[in-house]
Amino acid sequence: MVGNKRIKMNNHNHILVNENPDGIDRRGFLKCMVWAGTGVLWTISGGVLTSKLLGTATAGSEAELSFLQISDSHIGFSKEANKDVTATFKIALDRINAMPTPPSFLIHTGDITQLSKPEEFDTFDQVLKSCRTKDAFYVPGEHDVLNDGGRVYRERYLKGVEAKGSGWYSFNKNGVHFIGLVNVLDLQAGGLGQLGDEQLEWLEADVKGLGTSTPIVVFAHIPLWTVYPQWGWGTSDSERALGYLKRFGSVTVLNGHIHQVLQKIEGNITFHTAMSTAFPQPAPGTAPSPGPLKVPVEKLRSMLGLTSVQYKQGKAALAVVDSNLS
Amino acid sequence: MRTYSNKLTVLLATLIILNLWVAVFGDGMKNMDEITARQNRIEIKDFAFNPQTLTVKSGEKVTWINRDEEPHTVVSVDKQFNKSTALDTDQTFTITAGAPGTYSYFCSVHPKMTGTIVVEK
Repeated sequence: MVGNKRIKMNNHNHILVNENPDGIDRRGFLKCMVWAGTGVLWTISGGVLTSKLLGTATAGSEAELSFLQISDSHIGFSKEANKDVTATFKIALDRINAMPTPPSFLIHTGDITQLSKPEEFDTFDQVLKSCRTKDAFYVPGEHDVLNDGGRVYRERYLKGVEAKGSGWYSFNKNGVHFIGLVNVLDLQAGGLGQLGDEQLEWLEADVKGLGTSTPIVVFAHIPLWTVYPQWGWGTSDSERALGYLKRFGSVTVLNGHIHQVLQKIEGNITFHTAMSTAFPQPAPGTAPSPGPLKVPVEKLRSMLGLTSVQYKQGKAALAVVDSNLS
Repeated sequence: MRTYSNKLTVLLATLIILNLWVAVFGDGMKNMDEITARQNRIEIKDFAFNPQTLTVKSGEKVTWINRDEEPHTVVSVDKQFNKSTALDTDQTFTITAGAPGTYSYFCSVHPKMTGTIVVEK
């Protein structure tokens, strides 16, 4: 069964109790889940989880493919939670430029801008030019498609891909099949994020011819697992999408939207959400609403960050490493 | 000299109090107008429409104001009125209530947010 039954978290986003019938809590490793800022590299090989401190990890240099996830840059936001989101976005790019082995490409998991304004997109594009890694793939967040159904977003950010429908697409790199999905458009009253029939049919056809040993990376803005439906943190028809992916030996799902690191493993599917480069959001249910979380200025950068992902042929799963901007 | 100064102080204090009274009274009158106008006002706060259900008379104006730091929209579920653009903090959106009936609406950015306008004759 796909779907989050009950996950308890403490205020550092550690998952304390996981009642999903995925057998993971028996091994107990959800207690020490990836946590924003710990800089721990998790790898899973043959079902055994190992971890290394970020500084001592060797996967980066040995990796056959490494890419970077950035998310929720919210260019244009200027409220108390972070009055200069362009500056923190720049810091994130500086971190990428300082990596000993530059990532092959970037994946931005949406909310490039705060209000979908052309000048906000312009600022983002201008600042991104300073990044050493030039290839980037995008999926839209709800903030990028506010007033035009995503037209401006699609004109700007889908140039290098063969996008279908409202902007979904797939591509292959080093034997890994990447799928970018759109779950922020045509949302229904009372509902969650949504993929829609047309996109789901496309997805089914897209993966049909692939062998089960093909590693799959799916990325979309709103989590493709039900993190916290009360705040709309989930996708109503994600179960159908994941159904098409269950037969694959390694599926990595990368999402943004919730501005904090959460991870869940279900069978061969690893779900992961990234930090924002703009401002943190509260842990599920810990505030009256999911609005921007105000933290002391000196603490802010420890709650912003990016995610590095490495794939090594022959390994059962991709290694996902979160690091903050402090 | 000291007595003169005291008298001046009393006089000044009286004038200030009088001014304040006028200011308060004047504001009071203004507030009454605002309260009347505010009766058809829906505040968007903490990802919710308040009040969630509002009853108005046909032909009256209804205004939403966004008090969140997050953009929100006002969209009729059955396209009964034109949707708003994304409202940033403190931005408003106003419609004129049409034919009597029940108008369900939601925020297309955060569809968990729903509300209802009941229009009476």
